[in-house]
Amino acid sequence: MINFFQKLGHKTLSRFASLGRSTSMLFGALVNMPNIRKGTPLLIRQLYMIGHQSLLIIMVSGLFIGMVLALQGYTVLVGYGAEDSLGPLVALSLLRELGPVVTALLFAGRAGSALTAEIGLMKATEQLSSLEMMAIDPLKRVIAPRFWAGFISMPLLALIFSAVAILGAHLVGVDWLGVDSGSFWSIMQAQVSFEKDILNGIIKSFVFALVVTWIALYKGYDCIPTSEGISKATTETVVHSSLAVLGFDFLLTAVMFSG
Amino acid sequence: MNTRKIEILVGLFVALGVLAFAVLALKVANSGISGSGETYTLNAKFENIGSLKARAPIKVGGVVIGRVEGISIHPQEFVPVVNMTIDANYECQFSDTTSVSILTSGILGEQYLGISPVIASESARQSCFGYEVAHDDASDELEDLFGVESKALRNGDLITDTKSALVLEELIGQFLFNQGSE
Repeated sequence: MINFFQKLGHKTLSRFASLGRSTSMLFGALVNMPNIRKGTPLLIRQLYMIGHQSLLIIMVSGLFIGMVLALQGYTVLVGYGAEDSLGPLVALSLLRELGPVVTALLFAGRAGSALTAEIGLMKATEQLSSLEMMAIDPLKRVIAPRFWAGFISMPLLALIFSAVAILGAHLVGVDWLGVDSGSFWSIMQAQVSFEKDILNGIIKSFVFALVVTWIALYKGYDCIPTSEGISKATTETVVHSSLAVLGFDFLLTAVMFSG
Repeated sequence: MNTRKIEILVGLFVALGVLAFAVLALKVANSGISGSGETYTLNAKFENIGSLKARAPIKVGGVVIGRVEGISIHPQEFVPVVNMTIDANYECQFSDTTSVSILTSGILGEQYLGISPVIASESARQSCFGYEVAHDDASDELEDLFGVESKALRNGDLITDTKSALVLEELIGQFLFNQGSE
């Protein structure tokens, strides 16, 4: 019995400790910004690895999700003779929910896991310690550019996702199923508001970017430096960041769209 | 891969992102009255607003000239007060005898506000804009006839001539009542 409480207390304390470590890592990466001249090439390299290389999967998934939404929406709406409302249905669900959330989930799988594995391996092969030996702060040199690259890339990817998905919905809805193109766009424009829908979607994806990149970097930075530890950390990155994204999505939706 | 190529590809990525933002902002969202352009505010008291919502369009003869900003309850009279934002081009154009009614687009459609405008007289318009008004005989005669001078609606005014939304239960109740009295 005592043993159980001891374990419970130990677990709780180590949870708080890891939360504290992750916060201090994030703080260290944000405050010790590398200077502009030296940091920019590092940032651009990471933007390429994290952002540009995720483009293909984001665009292809966006296209297919848009097409599926249009197909499913059409079958329901046509029963009410309201197939003209396909545009706002697709646009609102994409801009408010699916765009930021699906992008964040894909991003966690595509880029987050890669970040964790890369940093974990750096730790296992003692590259991070060697940097410290050379008086280079790994937070500054390794973590900060990756964090900023993730933070910048994900909202851009979410915007691209939504735009491509709406084009995919247009492809299926208008060109295949025969919804009128004019009413598709005009009813969409009448229903979608720039501040309420698009800007709130962008705010959401910034929050998700922060959460996913932070979790991925921390799991890599804090992993047990063995091959087993890295594999465990990579799995944890995907699981924890997906759950965190869905949880935060509920909170943000409740704040933004319930009123 | 050399740095130059990476820079170009990252530039491409960022440009795509900006392009997507532009498409969403210009093609998908409304670039209409809410948010852009000058507006002014009018209020109207209703008996019953049915299912009118904030952001519902305000139309004159089917053309959207504004949106419902908010709906609240009058603190003393306990009737709904609808707060409207209307394109500033129409400030001081409508007379205060203008009526507003809550209408429904289509059978299952959203409810919207329809304004049946009464065009303000020239003198009322000028006094609304803050000019000195020269009283001519015609307007004085009208004033004598109706007792009050009609004013043009400006920012913050209250429209009194309103028609509430049709509520199905009330209509049926009225119908039954009329049937019974015959």
